Amino acid sequence: MERMQRVVGQARAAFRSGRCRSLEFRLQQLKGLERMVREREQEILAAIHADLHKSGPNAFNHEILGLLGELALAMDKLKSWAAPQPVKKNLLTLRDEAYICPEPLGVVLIIGAWNYPFVLVMQPLVGAIAAGNAVVVKPSEISENTARLVADLLPQYLDPELYPVVTGGVPETTELLKERFDHILYTGNSTVGKIVMAAAAKHLTPVTLELGGKSPCYIDKDCDLTVACRRITWGKYMNCGQTCIAPDYILCDPSIQSKVVENIKATLRQLWGGRWQRVPLGAACVCDLVGVACMWLKGRGSVMGHVLLSCSHHLLPLFASAPTILTDVSPESKVMEEEIFGPVLPILTVKSVDEAIEFINCREKPLALYVFSNNKKLIRRVISETSSGGVTGNDVIMHFFLSTLPFGGVGNSGMGAYHGKHSFDTFSHRRACLIKDLKMESTNKLRYPPGSQKKVDLAKFFLLKRFNKSRAGVVIFAVLISVLLGIATAVVAKNHQAVLKSKALLLVLAVQSLGGRRLW
Amino acid sequence: MGKPSTEAYFTEILLCKNELNDTLNNLCRWMKDEHVDKNLVTQLDSAFIRKDPYGVVLIIAPWNYPIHLFLVPLIGAIAAGNCVIIKPSEITKNTEKLVAETLTCYLDSDCFAVVTAGVEETTKLLENKFDYIFFTGSPTVGRIIMEAAAKHLTPVTLELGGKNPCYVSDTCDVQNVARRVAWGRFFNAGQTCLAPDYLLCSLEMQEKLMPALRAAIVEFFGSNPKESPDFGRIVGDKQFRRIQALLRSGRVAIGGQTDEKERYIAPTVLADVLPSDPAMQEEVFGPILPIVVVANMDEAIDFINARPRPLAIYAFSCDCKVVNQVLERTSSGGFCGNDTLMHVTLSSLPFGGIGNSGLGKYHGKFTFDTFTHQRGCLHRNMGLETLNSVRYPPYTPQKQGLMTATLEIKRKGMCTLL
Repeated sequence: MERMQRVVGQARAAFRSGRCRSLEFRLQQLKGLERMVREREQEILAAIHADLHKSGPNAFNHEILGLLGELALAMDKLKSWAAPQPVKKNLLTLRDEAYICPEPLGVVLIIGAWNYPFVLVMQPLVGAIAAGNAVVVKPSEISENTARLVADLLPQYLDPELYPVVTGGVPETTELLKERFDHILYTGNSTVGKIVMAAAAKHLTPVTLELGGKSPCYIDKDCDLTVACRRITWGKYMNCGQTCIAPDYILCDPSIQSKVVENIKATLRQLWGGRWQRVPLGAACVCDLVGVACMWLKGRGSVMGHVLLSCSHHLLPLFASAPTILTDVSPESKVMEEEIFGPVLPILTVKSVDEAIEFINCREKPLALYVFSNNKKLIRRVISETSSGGVTGNDVIMHFFLSTLPFGGVGNSGMGAYHGKHSFDTFSHRRACLIKDLKMESTNKLRYPPGSQKKVDLAKFFLLKRFNKSRAGVVIFAVLISVLLGIATAVVAKNHQAVLKSKALLLVLAVQSLGGRRLW
Repeated sequence: MGKPSTEAYFTEILLCKNELNDTLNNLCRWMKDEHVDKNLVTQLDSAFIRKDPYGVVLIIAPWNYPIHLFLVPLIGAIAAGNCVIIKPSEITKNTEKLVAETLTCYLDSDCFAVVTAGVEETTKLLENKFDYIFFTGSPTVGRIIMEAAAKHLTPVTLELGGKNPCYVSDTCDVQNVARRVAWGRFFNAGQTCLAPDYLLCSLEMQEKLMPALRAAIVEFFGSNPKESPDFGRIVGDKQFRRIQALLRSGRVAIGGQTDEKERYIAPTVLADVLPSDPAMQEEVFGPILPIVVVANMDEAIDFINARPRPLAIYAFSCDCKVVNQVLERTSSGGFCGNDTLMHVTLSSLPFGGIGNSGLGKYHGKFTFDTFTHQRGCLHRNMGLETLNSVRYPPYTPQKQGLMTATLEIKRKGMCTLL
């Protein structure tokens, strides 16, 4: 569509003008974004509430607090992140300047998701602006209130040509993806992730795909179940289970299953009691979950789950939005086929941590992995013998909130990472720079034809790092110390010749007298 | 390919040994969990980045440096703990056979396999799911690889190519420039992704460079390069004919002789080449150096920026401001001022393209990082649960106040998150 071509073309022209490259400009835009978040907080929270029925404090904690942190970090560190980094040189390049220069990629596309509709476009945007790019922002059309607000607010606080917002659904996004971008960051599901990457391939555009998967949660017998279950309950049911890193299912020993259920039920009552908010799910989610619930209740297929809790709602359409636990779930059941993304928590029993590890490894690599145990060795073992985007041990979700950890998936759960400096790095090109002298041509003769064995031997010497660095270091240190001592001695000797002479004489006389005594 | 033995030794043995030594010296350190700074909430926890292997990696190598371009990525892939399938180029048949026969004698044959395949078989190979694909070759095939990878959400590194411009300013030591440019251009008979593809300079500099380039060529290869053991040949008949067709550009100022039987193309310099000439429509990848005349540095920079971003940009000047200007006002995979190719010998510099010239990077630790999944890990304390109560609903004004106060974002000094 012409609109997409025009918007992207304008962003590219604005990028080429060079105005978003200076650090001052980037800081100014980041400050503008921060002002927007602070000044329009109520409107942002209202839009999120309209989309997801999320309470103010909830929405603030999930979507504003972390974002303010990212902004503060980026503004604080931008200068050091963007500075050229000198690198270690070899003998051949000792006299040269060698460094890595972080540069903007160009025009970046950020496609957001509906479950955290504000932060999932804003947080990558912070990194993309900090790295000096132009950015096309495409919020999810499913969270339409937030999308409309973002489209309305961003041009009021940021350069509208450099950071345009494009709204629309599948047809508009498909058209948008035909344009050439210099990086695409997409948050969403694996199916669409493949479509995004295929579109990116046509232009050789690098991508960061923040996808999902079934994040397993292993509870060891040796752990404080009360604490573990409280943390799991919080992470699972926040945002009505619609969190990409929510613990998707639990693996535990059969002997503790009932205690786990009791603890989760107790926590649900404590945290939400009768105040469980029936958050409207995306239409697809409701249909899937209702379909799954029907199968469970009517005992169809090979599903063998038991519905244990649905608060006080027994009506099917409401069932899907109430916190639910399923026990004795079979690995072949429908609920284990795809990411749940809802307030349904299946529990599968495993007899040992070995079985849990094997279970996890037979499946696609998840975005997050959780393990609860008092045994640190066990936690380390689970981490070492599995793979996932990220891990939190003895808690859930929390690795997301530490911006020094890269946040991203692996395999089916995604590729690339962001948060904190990782966002800056994702949206930068690290350009290798070597600046040599036009003089000193004689050292180059080694590499010019005609070739000879002598040249080969010299090349070996200059290029191969064969010597033991630590031993060489010790030798060099010893030589330096000797030289310094020698210089110091010479200086002292020169200044105190008379004193030294007399002392030397005394020393000689003492030695002689000692020697004489021994002889006698 | 008739590659001169010195060139072969330098690029295919020496540089690889360098990478091996670098990796062996540093692997323990690279593999270690990288502990990261923590925020207030995680002060008592253990937070680190675990370096996990991806799994099964596919390395597809090209024909121009047939050992180096699979071996250097292989070193990093092994170092990162992956299993690897190597697909050497079918065009360099002798090397392909050697790699297939010898690699498994030295490495675990279950973990590391060599697949010999042409275009059809490689297409079939790509239908399989890999955990990472590392490809070196042309942008056209790069697109095909990435499309195939997209079906399985496989991350890729694509080391592609492009036309690497080489700007020569009016203030420079002409003879030194000529030598460095000639060396970079005619190395491996021009079949180097990093070679200076074309020269940009003023008319005056073009005239000054000609005798200097001629002298450099004679110095390197003698008066008849065909007889020099230090000058290579074109790899195949198809490639020979493609490069030969590029000679119909500008005017042949130096060289221009060809011998189809030997697949020999003399070190050639074309003067007064126009942007519309054949030599400017595609990557030369042969021993031909077109010179395009520009009025000044600004015109050179505009010329470069109007074209897809190359793998490397070269700029020669005695005035460092000129070199810096070209660097700052352009974009490329890498940059080398006052020389050609040399930035690739420093393994502490990342080697890779941007845009059409590729995505991802490697060499030295960057290879290890390429084949490693950096997994963010937070190992929390099971105790101190009261501290967590702030985050649990029901949200009271007190809790909210405490959260905001404790986590008040400070601009300088402390950055606190949830």
